[in-house]
Amino acid sequence: MKDKLMDFDRALELFEPVLGFEVHVELGTRTKMFSAAPNPAHPDFHDVEPNTLVDPLSLGLPGSLPVVNALAVRHSIALGLALGCEIAESSRFARKNYFYPDVPKNYQISQYDEPIAFEGQVEIELADGRQVTIPIERAHMEEDAGKLTHVGGSTGRIQGAEYSLVDYNRAGVPLVEIVTKPIFGAEHDAPELAKAYVAAIRDIVLSLGISEARMERGNLRCDANVSLRPRGQERLGTRTETKNVNSMRSVERAVRYEIQRQAAILADGGTITQETRHWHEDTGTTSAGRVKSDADDYRYFPEPDLLPVQPSRELVEELRALLPEQPVARRRRLKGDWGFSDLEFQDVVNGDMLHVVEATVAAGAAPQAARKWWTGELARVANERGVDASTLVEPAHVAELQRLIDEGTLTDRLARQALEGVIAGEGSPSEVAAARGLQVVTDESALVAAVDEALAAQPDVLQKIRDGKVQAAGAVIGAVMKAMRGQADAARVREIVLERASS
Amino acid sequence: MSADLTRLAGHELAGLLAAGEVSSVEATQAHLDRIAAVDGELHAFLHVNAGAIDQARAIDERRASGEQLHELAGAPVAIKDVLCTVGMPSTSGSRILEGWIPPYDATPVARLKAAGLVPLGKTNMDEFAMGSSTEHSAYGPTRNPWDLERIPGGSGGGSAAAVASFEAPFALGSDTGGSIRQPAAVTGTVGVKPTYGGVSRYGSIALASSLDQVGPVTRTVLDSALLHDVIGGHDPHDSTSLDRDWPSFAAAAREGAAAGDLRGLRVGVVRELDSDGIAADVDARFQEAVQLMTDAGAEVVEVSCPSFAYSVAAYYLILPAEASSNLARFDSVRFGLRVERPGQTVEDVMGATREAGFGPEVKRRIILGTYALSAGYYDAYYGSAQKVRTLIQRDFDAAFAQADLLISPAAPTTAFKLGEKLDDPLAMYVNDITTIPANLAGIPGMGLPMGLGDDGLPVGLQLLAPMFEDDRLYRAGAAIEALLAERWGGILTTKAPLLRDAAAGGSSGTDRTEAAR
Repeated sequence: MKDKLMDFDRALELFEPVLGFEVHVELGTRTKMFSAAPNPAHPDFHDVEPNTLVDPLSLGLPGSLPVVNALAVRHSIALGLALGCEIAESSRFARKNYFYPDVPKNYQISQYDEPIAFEGQVEIELADGRQVTIPIERAHMEEDAGKLTHVGGSTGRIQGAEYSLVDYNRAGVPLVEIVTKPIFGAEHDAPELAKAYVAAIRDIVLSLGISEARMERGNLRCDANVSLRPRGQERLGTRTETKNVNSMRSVERAVRYEIQRQAAILADGGTITQETRHWHEDTGTTSAGRVKSDADDYRYFPEPDLLPVQPSRELVEELRALLPEQPVARRRRLKGDWGFSDLEFQDVVNGDMLHVVEATVAAGAAPQAARKWWTGELARVANERGVDASTLVEPAHVAELQRLIDEGTLTDRLARQALEGVIAGEGSPSEVAAARGLQVVTDESALVAAVDEALAAQPDVLQKIRDGKVQAAGAVIGAVMKAMRGQADAARVREIVLERASS
Repeated sequence: MSADLTRLAGHELAGLLAAGEVSSVEATQAHLDRIAAVDGELHAFLHVNAGAIDQARAIDERRASGEQLHELAGAPVAIKDVLCTVGMPSTSGSRILEGWIPPYDATPVARLKAAGLVPLGKTNMDEFAMGSSTEHSAYGPTRNPWDLERIPGGSGGGSAAAVASFEAPFALGSDTGGSIRQPAAVTGTVGVKPTYGGVSRYGSIALASSLDQVGPVTRTVLDSALLHDVIGGHDPHDSTSLDRDWPSFAAAAREGAAAGDLRGLRVGVVRELDSDGIAADVDARFQEAVQLMTDAGAEVVEVSCPSFAYSVAAYYLILPAEASSNLARFDSVRFGLRVERPGQTVEDVMGATREAGFGPEVKRRIILGTYALSAGYYDAYYGSAQKVRTLIQRDFDAAFAQADLLISPAAPTTAFKLGEKLDDPLAMYVNDITTIPANLAGIPGMGLPMGLGDDGLPVGLQLLAPMFEDDRLYRAGAAIEALLAERWGGILTTKAPLLRDAAAGGSSGTDRTEAAR
């Protein structure tokens, strides 16, 4: 069933959008939030077999007990501080009770009325340089659930599935959930603001070094709340919560979509159902999920298996002193360091490529070269495929690619071919170049032989060159490059052609 | 020889084992023989450890090789089925966990094994430790060795009956509202609920996390102290486990027994636990115990704990609330019973499994607890109950300002008859009035024999000490035990009827000895 959508500008004429975000950050500690089982959000434990990173607690076995991961608490406090929050002198875990097969204890250990961090704000910057302050209500610690795979049925959802598989590797991964207050006044910028906010959280998390923050891996997940109210109305409209939007691009699109969808319903005199919505990347639409009423009753109560977390003020100050710079300040610094023009820098920011360019520069590439790769070839491929460029390749590989060019091992053209292989997962640029036999031919005798052969094959061209029509050399150069399968330096070939023709 | 070995107190048997006069295989076999002979009638065990003899032999070999072993090494021990044990089913008395064998040992079990004690098997209990009679076990009730028509107390009736009937010298129990102390009282045995956090809860299948505590069940005070020394102490797997240096409880018990008097001890009689609802014969034994303590040099004062009046009500909100959440994991997805039919959804299967796998008392408490935690009722029920808890703690603080120890009857009556209270949950709940306040406050308590009632059945005394002061229980308890043993010519369980060999055709085995008064 296709949703009726209202033109975005028209929707904004009639309604004011109010936004709110819940961002979940998986912390990359070695062990889980409440047990010593390995954490799949740590780089050492990516891509393992299902149900191999489990222990009695991850499976909710009878008699198992949680123990708080001290490093996860430190990370949470650091994140809270970076969000400008107060850190609670005493914070408590609570049980959120609900039955679902991916929740091994059928309750989630979370925080309810005493979160570790509360009352903060984050400065974000829009593409045109305007700064917006996002008010933060709280950041609290909790554990992730397992993963369900629904088999059979057409939708991949639990309804209609023949059976479901459960992987408890993710059960117990440390999470921080960051909840904003309602965000007013975003207006036409609402979709962009959504993206900029998630990017800001991602930048903060990365700068703290507490998570890989890769949305496609689920390290960073955003639930976007959108409601509309008619112009001039005080009361907030009914909101929907679009779940688990797994890229920056999608956050922006999902917010835009919900504004257009809700506006069409409201303008027709309909009402919005308070519900979760699922974002569909392929169609760029949302669909109805679970009806979420205020009567949802999770029967929260303080977790009796854990003591309150009471961070000392000394620890809080120690972590505050270690805080990295804020994202907006960081942008200013990077722009200066890299010597980019306003336009070049905006290109990078709009493409959400600040962190990959920074990582590429850190891996040894010149800033301009790094920028060109990411905003050029990689942006093009990403756009074709409808993904974030950062998911295509590692920044270190881009730096390596540039180094191969700088050393003269690859031409620009060969480098693009190598990149194609890297994106296809064939290995590092050097590995791809070796495997595909991509290399500039520097063997002079081979080049001379190829030139002589081409000249012999095209005696008329040879004559033209000898007659002083140097531009005719192009045909010979083309033939040589073809014979060399493109792996020759065209400028050098030209020199040799002119040399041999005149000898 | 076998029959003699089962009659020894745990520390006596351990002494023979350490001296090499008895092997662990002999000691273990004697108790397995006793179990084979009488457990058909008693049903104290849900599972007997098939590997016990091999494990005993391994201890004997280590001893023979000259290894220095723990002083209890080689002694047999029974384990309440609430505790997870590698290689033995751990069902917590529930159908929903029938046949479930955990992949890990509960910390107290791991510590027993590390000390070289030999598990005899798993003992019966009310399902998920919900009950005061062991009648709520999904596997049928345990009987009281003093009178097979009577309940052995609960929830740890299996461990108490096993110890009282000489099937085991040592046993582990768990006490959420009296499940160690009340069975001790009605079987003439000794049981201790340690200070909350004194013994790890890791691997103990949770009933109410803020109340549960694992503890020893034995026939003598010293044996409980020895066992407590083994299982106690900090465990990093349990966040509520206390990280502190505990004194030797066995040393405290030995000092108390050697002193032979209670001079300098201030004993508080809790007015609220010495009045309504206490049977006349129980009260008579209690007054005699007070007199005995006074005669031994204790200074006895009366203390008042007015908030105790609300303890049962508060307990029956906090316990079901926590239990409703703790028992949510029994959903058929990862372990235990699964009841399913083709075409059912996961919700259907979860529902059908819980319907079939939980008994009526468990369902009753899950419903109570779910209700008490519901939005809109939380403050009135769970919130208020937590306030009562604070008031009870304050009452104890005030009482312990006047007394080193508090005393009361451990249970209001002697063992009641099987079936007598099964259809009246409230009557069953009120039975725990004397033991519940200690769990709500987290303080340690001991149940020990103080004589026989008019019906010839054991009557128990309860000692309560302030938080962390478990050693006071052992010092005073051992002194009282010694004084009573002097009067009776032995500890109370020596007066227990000799159960006949069930396999040989004996049935009731309830020859009554004359009352110890």
